[in-house]
Amino acid sequence: MLQEISNTMHKKPKLRLVALLTAPILWLVVAYLGALATLLVAAFFTIDSFTGNVIQTFNLGNFHDMFTDAAYKNVVLRTVGIALLVTVVCTVLAIPMAFYMAKIAKPRSQKILVALILTPLWASYLVKIYAWRTMLEPGNGVLDWLLGPLGFSSPGFGGPAIIIGLSYLWLPYMILPIYAGLERLPNNLLDASGDLGAHNWHTFRRIVLPLIFPSLVAGSMFTFSLSLGDYITATIIGGKLQMLGNVVYQNFSINLPFAATIATIPVTIMAIYLWMVRRTGALASL
Amino acid sequence: MTISRNARLILAALLGVGLAFIYVPLTVVVINSFNSSRTFSWPPSELTTKWWAKAIENTGVREALKWSILAGLSATAIALLLGTALAFAVSRYDFFGREVISLLVVLPISLPGVVTGIALNNAFTKQLGMSTGLLTVVIGHATFCIVVVYNNAVARLRRMGTSLQEASMDLGANGITTFRLITLPNMASALFAGGLLAFGLSFDEIVVTTFTAGPGIQTLPIWIYNNLFRPNQAPIVNVVAATLVFLSIVPIYLSQRLSSDSSTGGRF
Repeated sequence: MLQEISNTMHKKPKLRLVALLTAPILWLVVAYLGALATLLVAAFFTIDSFTGNVIQTFNLGNFHDMFTDAAYKNVVLRTVGIALLVTVVCTVLAIPMAFYMAKIAKPRSQKILVALILTPLWASYLVKIYAWRTMLEPGNGVLDWLLGPLGFSSPGFGGPAIIIGLSYLWLPYMILPIYAGLERLPNNLLDASGDLGAHNWHTFRRIVLPLIFPSLVAGSMFTFSLSLGDYITATIIGGKLQMLGNVVYQNFSINLPFAATIATIPVTIMAIYLWMVRRTGALASL
Repeated sequence: MTISRNARLILAALLGVGLAFIYVPLTVVVINSFNSSRTFSWPPSELTTKWWAKAIENTGVREALKWSILAGLSATAIALLLGTALAFAVSRYDFFGREVISLLVVLPISLPGVVTGIALNNAFTKQLGMSTGLLTVVIGHATFCIVVVYNNAVARLRRMGTSLQEASMDLGANGITTFRLITLPNMASALFAGGLLAFGLSFDEIVVTTFTAGPGIQTLPIWIYNNLFRPNQAPIVNVVAATLVFLSIVPIYLSQRLSSDSSTGGRF
């Protein structure tokens, strides 16, 4: 019996392909894309303000509300601003760390350093943000205790806290691609630049930076996109500050069509970002 | 190398600062789990292990851990099957739409979790009339876990090539025997790495879970989130948090032991 199936399968590659593809395609296209499409369609519906039921007639009312209300414009700008700042913070922190790991550390310590960067990726997301709650707690938090004697104080909960928290969460996602990019960068390029009289900084700016640009873009896709949709961090350490995700979350139970409308914003921004990344050609050379 | 001594020192210092930034908060979490004070106070005036004993007895935590493991194992099993099948199809066959597959699998982790979450909740409860529970959580988790298994499997299949399978078939083994004795053993470590990563993703997931779990199920992240703002639960939350910090060493240790092509776990 098994033998027969095996023989038939072997003779008919088309049949094998169908057997391999059916389940995953059903799952991803029908279940997942289907759900996304249904949500997108719901963005064009409205709800009955009295009963709260969804009225399934096509209209652009939600989009009109979203684009005319200044409050939503502010949330969008704030969220994009935070995502960009997080990306910058992660990049600035990651480059020297990755450079030391890839070009200066000895092979043995290199391995340990990579493990040290990877470990926090496996530590729970919530635990990390919870940790920053205890760090940032105004008055009796750890930051005040550590930096108080130096004259600094915790920024408390709010925008800066969100930027610190998100940078903390996504930093390893920026370090690892840059590290991989630097490892591939031949050392003799640096030597050649030095021999030709360039200083460290000059070599970095003219040789290293252009060559690791694809890695920076790869890292930024994590730091930017993961920050863009986040709402848990804002809830835990953001004080009263809201990000796009919070608005989607709050509208979800009271007005699903409007939540769906808001949800199109991060998706559209990500699509534009991916399109720009493609145009730079950074993805092809990864 | 032409890097000057000063530059090396500066870079080493920056690396140290970065590592401190990463590890100080995690250390605080661990120390805090031994903090004898019931409400948060830093620095701890006295250290104790009594909260650890209390947390082990806590039924809410045990129940949440059970759900997390159950959901994680189920989602990982589905992701292993679907991800591997897809990887074989993409790397061994040519078909219409093949290039789109890699985009399709990565979509569930690229889009914000809140978007995936409300889309699935809407589809399950409003369109299909299902009630939320373990099944919906597993479906949600498996959807974004497929990609990590797929990435690991595709990378391994590309490296393996087809010559070993061809040799096996030439020597008279049929498709099933070849798969059992040649293909599967050669892929085992890649599938293990992918499965480990899938379980890790599922175990830590909170956003999609929020929208697919319903009131009956609390996974560990949901339990933490629900108890985060309850002051009298703080000591137990601290212990659970510290445990999760310790547990993060396990997968790193395992992947270092395997030290395969996926030292970064196939994320990059």
